[in-house]
Amino acid sequence: MRAALDLKNGQVNLSHGSGGRAMAQLIDTLFIKHFDNDLLRQGNDQASFNVTSGHMVMSTDSHVITPLFFPGGDIGSLAVHGTVNDVAMAGAEPLYLSAGFILEEGFPLADLEKIVISMAAAARHANTPIITGDTKVVERGKGDGVFINTCGIGRVPAGVNISGDRARAGDAIILSGSIGDHGVAIMSSRENLQFGTSICSDSAALNGLVADMVSTGIDIHCLRDPTRGGLATTLNELATQSAVGMKIAEPKIPIQAEVKAACEILGLDPLYVANEGKLVCICPAEHAESLLAIMQQHPLGHAAVIIGQVIDDSNHFVQMTTAFGGGRIVDWLAAEQLPRIC
Amino acid sequence: MKYIDEFREQTLAQKIATAIKQEADSNRTYRLMEFCGGHTHAIFRYGIQDLLPANVEFIHGPGCPVCVLPIGRIDNAIELAEQHKVILCTYADVLRVPASQSNSLLKAKAAGSDIRMVYSTQDALQIARDNPTQEVVFFAIGFETTTPPTAVAIKQAHAEGLHNFSVFCNHVLTPSAMLAILDAPEPVAIDGFLGPSHVSTIIGSQAYNIFAEEYHKPIVIAGFEPLDVMQSSLMLIRQLNAHQHKVENEYTRAVTPTGNVKAQQLMQEVFCLREQFEWRGLGLIANSALKLNADYTHFDAELRFQLPAISATDVKGCECPAILRGAKRPVDCKLLGTVCTPENPMGSCMVSSEGACAAYWSYGRLRASNKTEQAQ
Repeated sequence: MRAALDLKNGQVNLSHGSGGRAMAQLIDTLFIKHFDNDLLRQGNDQASFNVTSGHMVMSTDSHVITPLFFPGGDIGSLAVHGTVNDVAMAGAEPLYLSAGFILEEGFPLADLEKIVISMAAAARHANTPIITGDTKVVERGKGDGVFINTCGIGRVPAGVNISGDRARAGDAIILSGSIGDHGVAIMSSRENLQFGTSICSDSAALNGLVADMVSTGIDIHCLRDPTRGGLATTLNELATQSAVGMKIAEPKIPIQAEVKAACEILGLDPLYVANEGKLVCICPAEHAESLLAIMQQHPLGHAAVIIGQVIDDSNHFVQMTTAFGGGRIVDWLAAEQLPRIC
Repeated sequence: MKYIDEFREQTLAQKIATAIKQEADSNRTYRLMEFCGGHTHAIFRYGIQDLLPANVEFIHGPGCPVCVLPIGRIDNAIELAEQHKVILCTYADVLRVPASQSNSLLKAKAAGSDIRMVYSTQDALQIARDNPTQEVVFFAIGFETTTPPTAVAIKQAHAEGLHNFSVFCNHVLTPSAMLAILDAPEPVAIDGFLGPSHVSTIIGSQAYNIFAEEYHKPIVIAGFEPLDVMQSSLMLIRQLNAHQHKVENEYTRAVTPTGNVKAQQLMQEVFCLREQFEWRGLGLIANSALKLNADYTHFDAELRFQLPAISATDVKGCECPAILRGAKRPVDCKLLGTVCTPENPMGSCMVSSEGACAAYWSYGRLRASNKTEQAQ
């Protein structure tokens, strides 16, 4: 009989990834306990479920973040939200998730349990169960505490056709809320850069909001969540994919005062700062106001706003009328945004 | 947001723009050099040029601290990390500046050197305290703005007896660079200067008197906000129309005539003038940079590690040197947008977001595109 897993003071060790009894114990007392559902409990090397007719989508994402715990979330909830949102951006209803953990030897089991509990709560809230998973342990110094890979599948309702190549000149561009909250929350909690702010990450599962939008029957052309690279990168991706230009108005883009202030201090442009609970929607202009009204009724879309329109442009530029009345390009981000020296 | 939104207010911008259009004499041009990269950034980011008449032209100056760093000094920094195995600490946008043979600190870091991005000199000091068995070098760059924090770090290290800490000093002086531009054998046509804002908080507006009195160039110290840049441009235009050449201070909320005397004293306490220093684009300039003075030479990384003077040339075809002097514009460089992009910078002006080429490429090429469309 093996001693119970010491979740209070214990640490991950190489035996937890060995495939033996210790690993089974970790899976039973941590992952299955918290992620519990019928399909996971089958205990096979795969989850078995019925396939319904229609169009399916699948997405995967690996989550690597420092720090693991930040204002408004942690790597666990983020791993669920990220993949649920990627699936939902096809207008799909996310059905199931998988979760793969790469743990570093020495990582506190208490922290791992916190992450797993948070992840389970996020999955329940998003109504998207985690039905299969994997655990590996790497030697101390060869990881960064915890890496999580999630994969999700979802079903697209009949008649829905949402894709990044469907933006057309004249379409309206809608943003679901303020930008930059996640990136600033992460930066504010980094060890070498702590600054006083009450900004929390916007990390959230957007499938409920998307379901409400899709249920209107409006022909939504594009949906995308502006995560790494922020709003600017997402708009450039969509412009390139659809071979169009975009024209947005800076004064219409919601940015919280604290996010603005933090970006000023660090010399960063909030247009490029990451979000984890926002979406960009492109739809025919004549339906934009009614879709906006539906979005604003949802808690995650209450601050939604039309920020611009799609235009013809052979250069596929995203251009912006600045708050100042001038014009400029909102270009692709080159590498990582680095704070300026002066 | 107080002190920011007020300086980005569109109605006021339109009023200043109207005043500039009314007051700028259509029979002449106004060539205004914004010395500082922060101004270049603001001009492009807010599309200020769109609001001004075509005969008011901004000439981008050498005031981007990353851009004026010569290649040889970055080679030295890489040598410190690779060969002397030090922990090399520096500010973020230095990491991507191209060194010789397409190398950079970022590439050296990826290859295994211990190179760390810091937000302040205090971070570098802490790294030295936390790693007592390793040499920690702070790669110090920048104008008068970033010099006082380096002085503070050196004094702290001295007080603490922190023997594993040293500074590779590359601090340069603004007035010397302005003199070099005006004294060049083929000087660039400049009607007036938008004076630096952060630098001027340290050295004060009086430091520019020589340019007004001896070179007859009007100077307006300008804040970095877009309305500051516009208002300062209007003030320069008014001086030029009145044939005046004086130092004016638009950035009164931060700059005084004498500047930050305590910071100046700190700099004098720790640093002394180098006889000459190489600037990228401007070449060797006498009395234009600082080194650690006799009391603090034991913290001088150049001496501690016997760093050689390296002279390296820019990539063939790169016009960064001429652009930094204001002699050419980013669009005059054949490499711009072909082989030289922010993803793959050939020259320093494309590296820093304050660099003229990066600002033009990231924000400003819309104007060129619109002009082409109009022509067609």
